[in-house]
Amino acid sequence: MSTTDSVLYDHPGPRAKARNAVLTVVFGIGLVLLLWWIYRQFDENGIWDGPLWEPFTESETWTAYVLPGLWSTVKAAAVAMVLSLVFGVVFAVGRLSDHRWLSIPSGIVVEFFRAVPLLLMIFFIFFGIPFLTEQPMPPFWAVVIGLTLYNGSVLAEAFRAGIKAVPRGQSEAAYAIGMRKNQVMREILVPQAARAMLPVIVSQLVVLVKDTALGYIIGYTELIQNGVNTLGANFGNVVPAAIVAAIIYIVLNASLTFFAGFLERRTRRTGRAPRIKASPGTPVPAGAGAVVEPQG
Amino acid sequence: MDVFTDPDNIETYTTGFLWILKLTVAAAIGSGVLGVLLAGMRVSPVPVLRAFGTGWVNVFRNTPLTLIIFFCYFGLYSALGLELADDIDLNNFWLGVVGLSVYTAAFVCEAIRSGINTVPVGQAEAARAIGMSFLQTLRLIVLPQAGRAVIAPLGSILIALCKNSTIVGTIGLMESSTAMKDLINANGDAVIPIFLVFAGTFAVVLIPTGYFFGWLSNRLAVKR
Repeated sequence: MSTTDSVLYDHPGPRAKARNAVLTVVFGIGLVLLLWWIYRQFDENGIWDGPLWEPFTESETWTAYVLPGLWSTVKAAAVAMVLSLVFGVVFAVGRLSDHRWLSIPSGIVVEFFRAVPLLLMIFFIFFGIPFLTEQPMPPFWAVVIGLTLYNGSVLAEAFRAGIKAVPRGQSEAAYAIGMRKNQVMREILVPQAARAMLPVIVSQLVVLVKDTALGYIIGYTELIQNGVNTLGANFGNVVPAAIVAAIIYIVLNASLTFFAGFLERRTRRTGRAPRIKASPGTPVPAGAGAVVEPQG
Repeated sequence: MDVFTDPDNIETYTTGFLWILKLTVAAAIGSGVLGVLLAGMRVSPVPVLRAFGTGWVNVFRNTPLTLIIFFCYFGLYSALGLELADDIDLNNFWLGVVGLSVYTAAFVCEAIRSGINTVPVGQAEAARAIGMSFLQTLRLIVLPQAGRAVIAPLGSILIALCKNSTIVGTIGLMESSTAMKDLINANGDAVIPIFLVFAGTFAVVLIPTGYFFGWLSNRLAVKR
């Protein structure tokens, strides 16, 4: 914040301070009025009615609907994260390979899955694959495979930028002591890149947690399906349930974002990991802690 | 590819992508305007506005878009009775545009704010030193440099917005992914061609778009 302040304006003098105080009051009142209006709108439509919120005071609501839903969300995100990391490393290394028969197909795969909407992918896996395999596809795996293909591709691009950002002297030194290409990649470049990419990986976890919500559309019993849809249908309180679910998501993701920021500051402080320069056109977020790609 | 010789199926395909196009354009305009306003708030000297901008970004960036669209339908439309159009498809369309704009604006705001932060402090200090006013500094010095830095992030936000607009299918709009689902269910023997046509359309449009924005931002980058 402080940098922005100093770029745009000087430290306020007496007149600017007075003006800012006036503006603060004016906008403060405007904001309070806006919030009051929203509150009234909800109130007139009976959303604050006690009976609608009462289920949330009972432990059974949490144990039967919200927590199992949250658990499914976290489970799908965690499994997909592990798989995307593997997918990401394999395809990043593949794309950096000197062999064209390896780098070109890897590039095509990564670019393709990054461009296809996740929902389209999940629909194909969930509705299309069963026609081919003649076996039903469990919603959990449809979500996890879809998430892995998309986020794995995003991570592959991030890793590729990370590996490229390792100073050239590192690989030159490794070649000089007689390491093979394979060894240089495995023992020198990937470990250093992985450390620098840690904040990006954690930020990607936020995207993953949010994207598991797509499972709701194909009937995977995650937080929205269980904690909003089913719960809302049983108690007739869809909107309050949606508000509660939103708060859970916000708390979960804000903590992950904070953690990513913490990791980024920590990496920067020790200064041993190579820094990713956000060259334009690469998908690596500028401040790696921030989630730039707004996938659903 | 027999599926795509049937005119009905072709129509499903074209209407699906037409909805995606309309959603993308409308939400791009909505989120662009909203995002610039929010970014303005986040860098303003007024603490209340800064807090509002920060709150907006933290709330909407951390909520799944599916839930936001869901809330637009069940909250704004069903519970609060907000009707944006008489036609049911059009109503769902506008509800989707509201959800997409509100969500994407948070990302646009962050992109623009970080763009402003890339401008070295010395630039604005020099501008003030030669007697430029706040608006002159902003208009002539800071924004032109910040604008170039945000091309790449805004480009990837636009691409993500286009992909995200498929989620509006949740509230019953026949956009491309719902169209694909219906075609797959009706033509179980041609699953792969159907998927390749739908996914291919996105890939053919979005991959070059991504490279175009990368090229543009490289070309216009401020060389320091």
